[in-house]
Amino acid sequence: MSTTPGEAPARRRPDDHETGVGVPRLLWVPAGLAFALIALPVLGLALKADWPRLPEQLVSAAALDALRLSLLTASISTVLCIVFGGPLAVVLARGRLRGLRLLRSVVLLPLVLPPVVGGLALLYLLGRTGLVGRGLDVAFGVTIPFTTAAVVLAQTFVALPFLVVSLEGALRTAGRRYEAVAATLGASPALAFRRVTVPLVLPGLASGAVLAFARCLGEFGATVAFAGSLQGTTQTLPLLVYQLRETDVEAAVALSLLLVVVAVAVIAVAAPRTTADGRL
Amino acid sequence: MTGLDARVVVRRPAFTLDVTLAADPGEVLAVLGPNGSGKSTLLGVLAGLLRPDEGHVRVGDELVTDAAARVLVPPHRRGVGLLAQQALLFPHLSAVGNVAFGPRAHGVPRREAEQRARELLAAVGVAELADRRPARMSGGQQQRVALARALAPDPHLLLLDEPLAALDVDATPAMRSLLRQMLRGERFDRPKQTAVLVTHSALDALVLADRVVVLTGGRVVEQGPAREVLARPRSPFTARIAGLDLVPGTACPEGLRTADGVVVTGRSGDGAALPTPGEPVVAVFPPSAVAVFAERPHGSPRNVVPVRLAAIEPRGDMVRLRAAALPGGPHWVDGLAADVTPAAVADLAVEPGAELWFAVKAAEVAIHAAD
Repeated sequence: MSTTPGEAPARRRPDDHETGVGVPRLLWVPAGLAFALIALPVLGLALKADWPRLPEQLVSAAALDALRLSLLTASISTVLCIVFGGPLAVVLARGRLRGLRLLRSVVLLPLVLPPVVGGLALLYLLGRTGLVGRGLDVAFGVTIPFTTAAVVLAQTFVALPFLVVSLEGALRTAGRRYEAVAATLGASPALAFRRVTVPLVLPGLASGAVLAFARCLGEFGATVAFAGSLQGTTQTLPLLVYQLRETDVEAAVALSLLLVVVAVAVIAVAAPRTTADGRL
Repeated sequence: MTGLDARVVVRRPAFTLDVTLAADPGEVLAVLGPNGSGKSTLLGVLAGLLRPDEGHVRVGDELVTDAAARVLVPPHRRGVGLLAQQALLFPHLSAVGNVAFGPRAHGVPRREAEQRARELLAAVGVAELADRRPARMSGGQQQRVALARALAPDPHLLLLDEPLAALDVDATPAMRSLLRQMLRGERFDRPKQTAVLVTHSALDALVLADRVVVLTGGRVVEQGPAREVLARPRSPFTARIAGLDLVPGTACPEGLRTADGVVVTGRSGDGAALPTPGEPVVAVFPPSAVAVFAERPHGSPRNVVPVRLAAIEPRGDMVRLRAAALPGGPHWVDGLAADVTPAAVADLAVEPGAELWFAVKAAEVAIHAAD
């Protein structure tokens, strides 16, 4: 490192001169197959599409309704994930409670649970005869299942772990050393959290939010079980695709391609943040 | 008014830290000690990050920790700053943002805080980096910004935790002298800074500190003005970091008698008469005064002792030969050092494990009372 004032150290860059350590040749074959398994089906979808008629298939009433609903619910769900999952991640990363380990495994449940099971679980909790649902119905006359609110709840349920895990990792990586430094400079815990901790984990929060948004957009199983498939109210894009797959294959393909485009856009937004070194 | 007045007792399963420290306002106190001697624990208690089992900490006129009265002022309200080995600059803030952070946390308006931050950055010699993020600074530059940041809120007490240890060799001397000037208020219009400096380096202690406390096994084993403690070490650790050889024993008419009865001839360290025979004393001499022979030398008024060569270490233009005890030989030679020229090492043609003779003239051996 240089000490001449005004001179920055050379930043590390990929260098053509570096040969590095090679990858064993044997790994190239399964690696190629894995890549093909991911990339080829998307290609198949693109080949199947009726490109000239694509625009009119995308602007059908049902398709526009589904697209609007998907973007709306996924956005709301992502905000809910940040508002509730953010503090949960802080508790998991910084808390000193007993039983935190158990709590963490419970939070991971939606990741490993089949989504349709999650949907049923939500239904039995919030359905008109469910544990909480009955109370809501009697006290406020509110029913949640098969409404847009149910779509949001189902999406939040499945997407929450993505945000929590990503943010908790960022909090642990940032560590407490910066917070201790902030304290010795006179910052209260609340100020240190706001001015130091939050900015430090912002990239982790952003990539977690993008992952959660993508998961919400693709949600199918929990939504179908808990919210049904009513056009304009609960029929999101994946549900419409599934409904059209037999009656109107070309429309289904067109909408699938739309979802692919959105997914690629999401990856493009998230990738630079996650591939660097976790920092902006 | 005191700068710092602390008695700290922390009981851990492995050891107990029990020290009393005091510093006048504007005084820099160096804490020296081997790893595991309790230095980090001590800093943690002073900063308010650790609760002591017993004792108190008074910074300026304020009692910030008192185990008996259950007083524990949180770190952000005790006016104790910290400069650690790593700069730990906030990566999302520019240099100005980092330095202004402390004043801003104390409610200083942004414009004023940033104005002061720029002045401090200029004082530590990195004015041109003001708007740069830490990722685009060298290690030495980062540590300068970290010093400015630590001083910006005008802490009553500044803790320096090996502030030069992580810098590369080229950056260290300039940072050391900057630190000295800033602590003494010679470079920026601020009063002398009360500080506690934890270090492994005798040079840092000599340059930066007014007084030195040597900590071993959780206790203060030596203390006094930096120059005095390091010039007349009374413990093997202090001697080692001061770069001196030390032999413990009791006083005898010739100088010192070791526990196994070997007499080390020397002169009184402070120019006065030698201590009363039987009193505990140490014999201290520089490694450069030690001559090394493959065969026992004859006929000179030297102290001569057989050793096993434990290690050969480069040391600037010289080579340091580190001794270990021979089987059945005296134990106190363990760790003794001799600085010789590379040519002399080549003449000796030795490798670690070889048997050698260390010799030192009586005139080079200083005998100090070891209380």
